[in-house]
Amino acid sequence: MIQFNPADLATLRPELFLLGATCAILLIDLFLKPAQRNVTHWLSLAALAVTAVLVCCGAPQEHGVTAFNGMFIRDGVATVLKVFVLLTTGLVFLYGRGYLRDRGLFIGEFYLLLLFATLGMMLLVSAGSLVTIYLGLELLTLSSYALVALNRDSRASSEAAIKYFVLGALASGLLLYGMSMIYGATGTLDLARIHAVADFSANSPHHMLLAFGLVFLVVGIAFKFGAAPFHMWLPDVYHGAPTAITVFIGSAPKLAAFGMAYRLLDGAMGGMSGQWSLMLAVLAVLSLAIGNLFAIAQSNLKRMLAYSTISHIGFLLLGFVNGTTSGYAAAMFYAISYALMAAVAFGMILLLARAGFEAEEIDDFKGLNKRNPWYAAVMALAMFSLAGVPPLFGFFAKLMVLKAAIDAGQLWLAIVAIAFAIIGLFYYLRVVKVIYFDEPQDHGPLALPKDLAFRVGLSLNGLALLVLGVAWSPLLEWCYGAFAIVAK
Amino acid sequence: MSFQLICFYAFAAIAVGAALAVVTVKNPVHAALSLVLTFFTTACVWLLADAEFLAIALVLVYVGAVMVLFLFVVMMLDLDLEPLREGFIRALPFGVIVAVVMLAEMLALIGVRSMDIVAPADPAAAAGLSNVEWLATALFSEFLLPFEVAALILTVGIIAAVPLTLRHRKGVKAQDPARQVRVDPRDRIRVVKMAAETSAVQNGTLPNQESSAP
Repeated sequence: MIQFNPADLATLRPELFLLGATCAILLIDLFLKPAQRNVTHWLSLAALAVTAVLVCCGAPQEHGVTAFNGMFIRDGVATVLKVFVLLTTGLVFLYGRGYLRDRGLFIGEFYLLLLFATLGMMLLVSAGSLVTIYLGLELLTLSSYALVALNRDSRASSEAAIKYFVLGALASGLLLYGMSMIYGATGTLDLARIHAVADFSANSPHHMLLAFGLVFLVVGIAFKFGAAPFHMWLPDVYHGAPTAITVFIGSAPKLAAFGMAYRLLDGAMGGMSGQWSLMLAVLAVLSLAIGNLFAIAQSNLKRMLAYSTISHIGFLLLGFVNGTTSGYAAAMFYAISYALMAAVAFGMILLLARAGFEAEEIDDFKGLNKRNPWYAAVMALAMFSLAGVPPLFGFFAKLMVLKAAIDAGQLWLAIVAIAFAIIGLFYYLRVVKVIYFDEPQDHGPLALPKDLAFRVGLSLNGLALLVLGVAWSPLLEWCYGAFAIVAK
Repeated sequence: MSFQLICFYAFAAIAVGAALAVVTVKNPVHAALSLVLTFFTTACVWLLADAEFLAIALVLVYVGAVMVLFLFVVMMLDLDLEPLREGFIRALPFGVIVAVVMLAEMLALIGVRSMDIVAPADPAAAAGLSNVEWLATALFSEFLLPFEVAALILTVGIIAAVPLTLRHRKGVKAQDPARQVRVDPRDRIRVVKMAAETSAVQNGTLPNQESSAP
């Protein structure tokens, strides 16, 4: 009989704190008048900050620690991912407040759903069993569906939410189907035990069953990442969701999806890395092609960034193709860089948006330099970084995954990726051209939001792309260190 | 062929037939009732597999609660059936072809034989417990964390339902007793002081003069 071990609770301290804080905010928010909603805002940010401190403080030094019979793993990878998940969620809170208030969406439920989604991501990146992976994923995605539908009087939002919900449910179904096959072949749900027990050799009786399960797992992961050809939901959801929620969907869940892919593919199915790296290579090439080519045709900035997400997922998957810890570290570095860059790009849309004006067309950025040079520079930094221009953060992230692909002997993949990155340069530079060389439609100086925390946060986030582009080595060391802990 | 196997095939055939009926019958009420039958026969199959707790839970929760709610909704909505069926016949052959191809591929790849996995020993029987007892013990010891996370997911469902359905409509004629009690008579009636009207005689005009006028 397995006994409950109180020491397990200490391993889960950050998650338990976040859960307690969320429940407290849920109760406090009930007694607040709409004018006092800022209390919820700052309490939520404080909860995220304290959780981040708890994540860092009790981080295991050498080996990963498991709790609840291997259901929950706390190791270096989980620590790094959780810190950045909490950071990007905090940025979403900072950036979204004014936008939501202008549209009557500044309600406590936004904060609660986002906090629950964060908790889901933290569980997902720490999952040690197929059950925890599925439940963490559902906690994240159910909150996300509701967030996308938050502006329920908007037809576009409702349509986006329905599409997201139906395709998300389909993806969860595929993932579960794959999990059930793997459970059938191995008789266990524990990821480490699956790795140990499963007979991955070609002549094992369960080989086809495992391979089938693997295919469904990869499809489920690709759906959640938004990798082509499973990307159909992504542009509509990015476009239809309120921008404050698009910032979230475009940033933090990518980190969680990386964690899920790492746990499932390396943690459980590592013995079949030959098979899945080939599948991921195909997904990567398709994502690079579809993302970059379709983005060129977009006039809506949110849709353009959605297609650019697909291409970035393609780059991220290049790190996985390598199938070694240095490849995963490069992919994780890429996921972090992408989350920070997407936060700046969507944050700029929020900065320009007013009540009744979304600022989501590329033309809305015309002549931004004449109206406000500083924020024009921030947007240009984000675009150059997304395009991968040195010496910005995005360049080194791309460099690392390309290096990982070449190390894996996949030179052709690296060449394809570089070719599409150059095609992608076109649409990023078009935004920069619109900002610097087009005549503004409105010649007055840009009316900045009064929210000081938003402006400072966005400026710092933009500068971080430059600073991390120059001083990227500590972050990369941290990523490598995280995987070294796993591999001892 | 043992009696159990005959039962299994019978229940499985009814379940598949009822599931097909769910998506093919025209009337949504009949479709919902077919779904009830599907759940019920699935529960019977689980009973055959000695999973009596799951079978009872399926009947109680899905048939007893969820499907009744479903039927209520279907009956209360005044559904226009024609648009729902549009394109069904047109899409049917394509759907059937895709389904058959997928089934054939899966059977060819996995093979029926490799599905013939030796089931692990029933852990409930090994522990000498009844199915329900074993499930409860596993749920609250080995699967404690997932159990709690599932509770969180339900909480998210409740929270999400509030912003999506709660409306503060304007112009609703609902009564608010607190405001009714607090009302001041002066808000309702305005008493205006006016000078008394002077009589017509004093003005020098006589009523008969008016009536004699043409």
